[in-house]
Amino acid sequence: MIFNEKESKQWSRMGPRAMFGQFMLDIAEKNNDLMVLSAGLRRSSGLERFKSKHPDKYLDIGISEQNLIGVAAGLAREGYKVFVTSFAPFLSMRASEQIRMNLGYMKHGVNVVALGSGLSMAYLGNSHFGLEDIAIMRSIPNINISSPADCGEMGKILNDYASNSHGPSYIRLTGIPGYPALYEKNYDYKFGKPVTLKSGNDLLILSTGSIVVESLLATKILNKNGINAELMNVHTLKPFSDQIVEKLKLFNQVVTVEEHTIFGGLNSIVAEKIATNCPKTNLFPIALPDAFGPTGTYNYLLDYHGLTGEKIAKKILKIFQEQKFDSD
Amino acid sequence: MSENNQIDKIIDLAKKMRKSVLEFSLNCSESAHIGGALSIVDIMATLYGNVLSLNFKNPIDRFILSKGHGFLSLLSALHCTGYINKNDAMKFQTNGSELIAHPIMNPKIGIESSNGSLGQGLSYATGLAIAYKKKKKKGSIFVLVGDGECYEGSIWEAAITATETNLENLVLIVDCNGFENDGAINDKMNFNELVSKWKGFGWNTISCDGHNISELLVSLKKRVVNKPTAIIAKTTKGKGVPFMENNNDWHHGRLTQKLFDEAMKSL
Repeated sequence: MIFNEKESKQWSRMGPRAMFGQFMLDIAEKNNDLMVLSAGLRRSSGLERFKSKHPDKYLDIGISEQNLIGVAAGLAREGYKVFVTSFAPFLSMRASEQIRMNLGYMKHGVNVVALGSGLSMAYLGNSHFGLEDIAIMRSIPNINISSPADCGEMGKILNDYASNSHGPSYIRLTGIPGYPALYEKNYDYKFGKPVTLKSGNDLLILSTGSIVVESLLATKILNKNGINAELMNVHTLKPFSDQIVEKLKLFNQVVTVEEHTIFGGLNSIVAEKIATNCPKTNLFPIALPDAFGPTGTYNYLLDYHGLTGEKIAKKILKIFQEQKFDSD
Repeated sequence: MSENNQIDKIIDLAKKMRKSVLEFSLNCSESAHIGGALSIVDIMATLYGNVLSLNFKNPIDRFILSKGHGFLSLLSALHCTGYINKNDAMKFQTNGSELIAHPIMNPKIGIESSNGSLGQGLSYATGLAIAYKKKKKKGSIFVLVGDGECYEGSIWEAAITATETNLENLVLIVDCNGFENDGAINDKMNFNELVSKWKGFGWNTISCDGHNISELLVSLKKRVVNKPTAIIAKTTKGKGVPFMENNNDWHHGRLTQKLFDEAMKSL
């Protein structure tokens, strides 16, 4: 895929769902054994063109997510490279046991593409939000979890899963059309390896998904206030990189920023690592509360939950001022 | 081979399989799903003794045991047809063994999928059948479910996909033994009702006596162009052992030596 500033901006204008369909078109050109399955959400998955251009590589099995996973596993067993799509909760919750049996237990390398995760379904409300999907998916053995920070990174992740045998995956898409891209220039993507977006020595911020853009903005505000934060984009949540564990040992203060419930997501993963590797490290979570919150536009919701760059910076400044982090 | 010879051979295999089911159950000294294994023995013997073209390295026909708790019957079929030796089979339900109450996928010895959570095998079989059709591969996908299992909604999700994708290479067998874990199945899910339901879902639906080898042989080989086939087989839970027949205590029961001896005498 061609990756430059112009493309990156164009992709972010189109948004993750439309771009999923676009990237699959490219992948189909290179992969004879590709199958893309949808559970009645072709139009929401940007797969209209894909269906007309590659009817032999597309299958809509209707609104039946549990069946979707089983059929996908059968196809994968016969050598197909399979991608399935639906909205995050319908895959991670309704079909979680099918994912457990067919992908986790039998290890069939199906790629589960969870559309509209986090808060990105906006006015469609909590029924459609992906609030708990990382927690659920990461508790099932053998499932990789990827969480791209923007459309370009999603393209790299999809291509990587299509061309390599990493095993079953859950690919969590957040963000909406027009949401800013994180990367303007090409960069080296490697499965499992986090990307350091900014170096610093006062604290470490770990962030995942489209919200990484806000975390980056927060580091700039913190800089102006004399706090030099390091920021890492954790695009692969499982397997969790040892490189991050090593980083955790170097910092006294760590903040996690994610568009997921406080339970079981990035913060929990980091808390587990800190508890066993460097228990003196202080950890502060910025995440969604253990509650079903209001609905509204995506930007309204990010603001409501304190997930904008400004509010993330403000929270971090406050904990520094109140010295909630133990001093060195 | 004449038809009568074929039938005799299958009957003989079924008899051996029933004995193996009892032997493996006794040997493990644990409760085992004996009743539901015995209800499908004749179906399994017809499949493994005649119908299936098996080649585990380069599969032709495939069999998926969606009703995973019928594993004792699959284990006996694979043992009695020479794919699993006695030593290994006798490890059934012993510590650390992969031969347990429900199938754990091991294609090398003919266990095609992991099951145990009901209602999932038909989707998997549907995926396999779609792949076979796309690749123009020879062979059929056979999948066996229980009548109680048909309460699972995912069964009917897959039932729709199989008709929408015109899978004449998919054969479903419903083991209608009339019981589930807690006892007799509600009349609304009885044999006749299930026949109507599968017909209603657009399947080539055949009803038969699940212990009549001649009927099974015909039913398992029937296909209709562009339609999946559902064989609704009327069976008896615990078939072949008088004190187990229609006695749901043997859904998951433990054999003693005395009961084993009595059961073996009746076979």
